[in-house]
Amino acid sequence: MRPVYVAGTGLHPFGRFPDKSLTAIGADAVRAALVEAGVRRGGFQAAFCGCVYGGVASGHKVLTALGLSGVPTVNLEAGCASGGAALALGAAQIAAGVYDTVLVFGLEKMPRGMIRSSFFEPWREEAGLAATPGYFALRAQRLMFESDVTAQDLARVSVKNHLHGVHNPNAMYRKAITAEEVLASPLVCEPLRLLMLCSPNEGAAALVLSATPPAAAPAIRVAAVQLRSHLAGNVLGEHTPLSGIADDDVTPPTTMAAQAAYEQAAIGPDGMDVVELQDTDAAREILSAEELGLCPRGGGGKWVRDGGGEMRSRRPVNPSGGLLSKGEPLGASALGQVVELAWQLRGTCGPRQVPNARVGLAHTVGRGANACVAILTR
Amino acid sequence: MPEPRPIADGLFRITPDGPRLLAARCDGCGKLHFPASESCPYCGGASCHEAALAGTGLLFLYTVVKSAPPGYRGPLPYGFGIVELPEGLRVVTRLTEPDAARLRRGQAMRLVVEPLFNDDDGTPVLSYAFAPGGSA
Repeated sequence: MRPVYVAGTGLHPFGRFPDKSLTAIGADAVRAALVEAGVRRGGFQAAFCGCVYGGVASGHKVLTALGLSGVPTVNLEAGCASGGAALALGAAQIAAGVYDTVLVFGLEKMPRGMIRSSFFEPWREEAGLAATPGYFALRAQRLMFESDVTAQDLARVSVKNHLHGVHNPNAMYRKAITAEEVLASPLVCEPLRLLMLCSPNEGAAALVLSATPPAAAPAIRVAAVQLRSHLAGNVLGEHTPLSGIADDDVTPPTTMAAQAAYEQAAIGPDGMDVVELQDTDAAREILSAEELGLCPRGGGGKWVRDGGGEMRSRRPVNPSGGLLSKGEPLGASALGQVVELAWQLRGTCGPRQVPNARVGLAHTVGRGANACVAILTR
Repeated sequence: MPEPRPIADGLFRITPDGPRLLAARCDGCGKLHFPASESCPYCGGASCHEAALAGTGLLFLYTVVKSAPPGYRGPLPYGFGIVELPEGLRVVTRLTEPDAARLRRGQAMRLVVEPLFNDDDGTPVLSYAFAPGGSA
């Protein structure tokens, strides 16, 4: 298999942009990535676009707006991992020698309020069994019942990610908060409070992938990218089933994707210098760390209390501020993480730079349940 | 007054011993799933038969939903949780108790089927929930 290099990166800030169309948001990110890669019309042979709520041909509309249509273009939906799925397909095409240069991007303009999903049957919505924050809350409560994770630990995760977000000009929230503020914020669903949850929003991210390393910039490789879906059994899985069984032997999709990615890159979790992981709520960050093997299973509370993931720790987690600071535009969030990693590995992140970062991991998991793990190396 | 209707077909049945949720057991791997579907989500087996579940269980997890999720037509706030049934199945359910302080992990729960809202023509719509208490 051929190596896959990051030739260009582009990001549209994550936030709310009521006067800007989805297409215009996506076009900004794609244009930036192409300019950085020095690639123009005819310079890439295929495009893969992740989007969930954009409707028909959202990726095609971006390429049309930029006068770049004509190449094979595939729109992908894989829940929160949609951008990761675009990356997985694009990278595979290059590795296999099908194409030399591929554009991957993701974009989203999320509806406001609690997110409606065609995933749920209408009766299930009517019955109150489609309450997304409710599922997050049950998962958080289980983590607290079955390990020593406390509300203070959840607050510490929110404090950390918001502190990181202060230094990210592309984040939606850029204000440091205290644990007291987190614990005094309104209770959304016991035990989760408002400042422990991320906000759905808008944004886009894009990468140009190439079989050859860029001439000028440091060579960043996509050393691994793996997508997995859930196995039946876990009643709290992101596939949000209505029933499950005792699930101790059911491997979560994040762990399946991570194990495959560690093997593909021939680097384990201890070899990561920087991690961007799914933190749709504060408990999800702890669970993600456990499922990725960044800390032992059941050891997430201690990991947090030992300063795990903080900037001064050996392996900072979510230096971008995470979804808690950036907000979550579903189709764009996974590639937003990958763009952040590319910048971290280039060493251009300024005050949020992780010193000497050479290996980074990006992780998303969402409805489906799809999990994506990507590893970038310098 | 129009006759009540179930919120969806095949979810539950009213028996002389009280309401029961209707799961399916796979003839191949033996695992239970709810709601019943034609093929087994664990092994893909196409032969599953109906299994009425016990009407009691233990509270596994619980929270309270305060603002209406999309499409919800019942009262607010409402309890939301997971009950573990004696068959080993964990079921996502509405809880009749909307105060988290009155719920605790492991407490005995019983299944109820009750009107949740009315259709536009006034037809009461029945849905399932679990209520604190061991026996009906």
